Amino acid sequence: MRDTTATLAAPHPATAGDLRTRVWLVQIGFGALAVVTCLVAPLVGPTSISLSRVFDAAIPFAENVDAQVFFIARLPRAIAGALVGASLAGAGVVLQALLRNPLATPFTLGVSAGASLGAMLVITLGVPLTLLGSAAVPLASFAGALGALAIVYFLATMRRQGLSTLVLLLAGVTLNSLFSAIILFVQYLADPAQTLQSVRWVMGNLDVGGYGPILWGIAPIGVALVAFARLPRALNLLTMGADSAATRGVDVLRTQRLAFLSASLATGAAVAVGGPIGFIGIIVPHLVRLLVGADHRLVLPASIGLGAAFLVVCDVAARTVLSPMELPVGVITAMLGGPFFLWLLVRHR
Amino acid sequence: MLTADHVSFGYDHARTVLSDVSVEVPAGGLVGVLGPNGSGKTTFLKLLAGLLVPTRGCVRLDGADIAGLARRTLARRVAVVPQETELAFDYTVLEIVLMGRYPHLRTFELEGPDDIEIARRTLAATGTTHLEQRTFRTLSGGEKQRVIIASALAQFETGANTTRGARDPRAEATSRTQVLFLDEPTSSLDLSFQLATAALVDTLNRSHDTTVVVCTHDLNFAAALCRDLVVLRDGQVIASGPTETVLTPDTIGAVYDVEADVRRHPITGHLTVVPLARR
Repeated sequence: MRDTTATLAAPHPATAGDLRTRVWLVQIGFGALAVVTCLVAPLVGPTSISLSRVFDAAIPFAENVDAQVFFIARLPRAIAGALVGASLAGAGVVLQALLRNPLATPFTLGVSAGASLGAMLVITLGVPLTLLGSAAVPLASFAGALGALAIVYFLATMRRQGLSTLVLLLAGVTLNSLFSAIILFVQYLADPAQTLQSVRWVMGNLDVGGYGPILWGIAPIGVALVAFARLPRALNLLTMGADSAATRGVDVLRTQRLAFLSASLATGAAVAVGGPIGFIGIIVPHLVRLLVGADHRLVLPASIGLGAAFLVVCDVAARTVLSPMELPVGVITAMLGGPFFLWLLVRHR
Repeated sequence: MLTADHVSFGYDHARTVLSDVSVEVPAGGLVGVLGPNGSGKTTFLKLLAGLLVPTRGCVRLDGADIAGLARRTLARRVAVVPQETELAFDYTVLEIVLMGRYPHLRTFELEGPDDIEIARRTLAATGTTHLEQRTFRTLSGGEKQRVIIASALAQFETGANTTRGARDPRAEATSRTQVLFLDEPTSSLDLSFQLATAALVDTLNRSHDTTVVVCTHDLNFAAALCRDLVVLRDGQVIASGPTETVLTPDTIGAVYDVEADVRRHPITGHLTVVPLARR
């Protein structure tokens, strides 16, 4: 196993120029990968369209069927996939470093369970649907995510000065089970149609049906990504332990707070847009570490780019493999991610 | 000069770990902090290094209360080598040493050529140049310790580069005591590495002008290495001063409840402690 890792891992920087070049290469390379995937994904589907016709300025948009399929039917879905994938993969990287645990995922700290509970309540109780229309479920799930975030953060900071990552982890795991129990109870009381709808929601679905949900999602995800950009070097030091990081000049509490809040915000927004799509937040960061090493200045941007591309590709698979039937995208990522996760577990022990 | 000025500390109100501890570590000194388990050694080290803030009293570095210094400012002058370092992810040795440059870089700044040069110098000083491209997890305990020492040393050195000096004028202006703390450096090392660590620390102290504070329960290691000793028991200073005057059967008896024979070793010339019986 070690040999495979050694050959996959890029040579580590020997000079300052090397590091600079690698940071640029990673940012441009993985960024381009995400953009290209978003542009290619909408070309794939039961109705075949051509890229040259899509961008043919000679045909008015109203008559250009290819452009309509591309821009109205499929591109929003690809962009949603990219946003959700980027957020979950980035949040995974940040939380793994914060908790100093390679097996942490964006869903470890209970934020996604809170989001699911929020969505469940709206789907089952149905009352606010009439007030907010189609935005009710994503809004409720985002509110649920923020609620869970607040509870976990309060618990982790109340006991002593600073932020206890141990309490963070335990509170998150406990909240996950508690919320799951409440979700089951709510589903037990619901009628079968509502239960079906909520089960579908939990499987994840990127068919956002337009640019609206993307626009709502972009604000919190954008804030989280800006916060992520400040973190990588401090995250490197945090993996040595809080005290070692502090004696090297890291403001540990500020870093932990920023890491937890931004990762939770990204997770909450991603789940609100696409549902709790599992395994992205763990497969992608670990794949990236095999490719670029452990330095978060490379791992974080690479994971954001690869996460976006990976989820868009999974979603293309979800809507084409059994076409015209559609598979839930969460099932695809889980089928790829489950075995991968187990492999990691075995490899680390 | 590093001074603990009537320092008291407790993790909660009920229990005091240190009470009214005053210690002076002269610039360029090599001081050992001794004491039995639970005597407050590690807590004292954390207070001196600014990881904990005293409940009463203060710690001064060249006269300035370290509680008032920014983390980054302090990190350029005070470095800690913990008993053990566990990494959540596997970095290369060079990457670990470059992490010591954290307090010299701005948020989005990458390490420059002078940082790499400084890192290589500290690798050379700790005899770990050949490990540069290895990953940390593949190293032995002794090698890991040296790499962490190199990473700690990298915090100190200011690049010769003038632009860096211009960016932080205060760095040049203040008189600078640089303190390296080592917490139980011999606890996981075999005899050969213990000697090597003692020799390394001695060299760093003498030829690199680094003030060193070593926390240890290994009396003979402290006797061989340290010029001054501070002995703690139950959070209080029992004795402090030059090694020769502190390390006596009486002090050892008072601290450890052990009868001990202390004499100068004919070959090494250091004081050597042989515990004889529990009192």
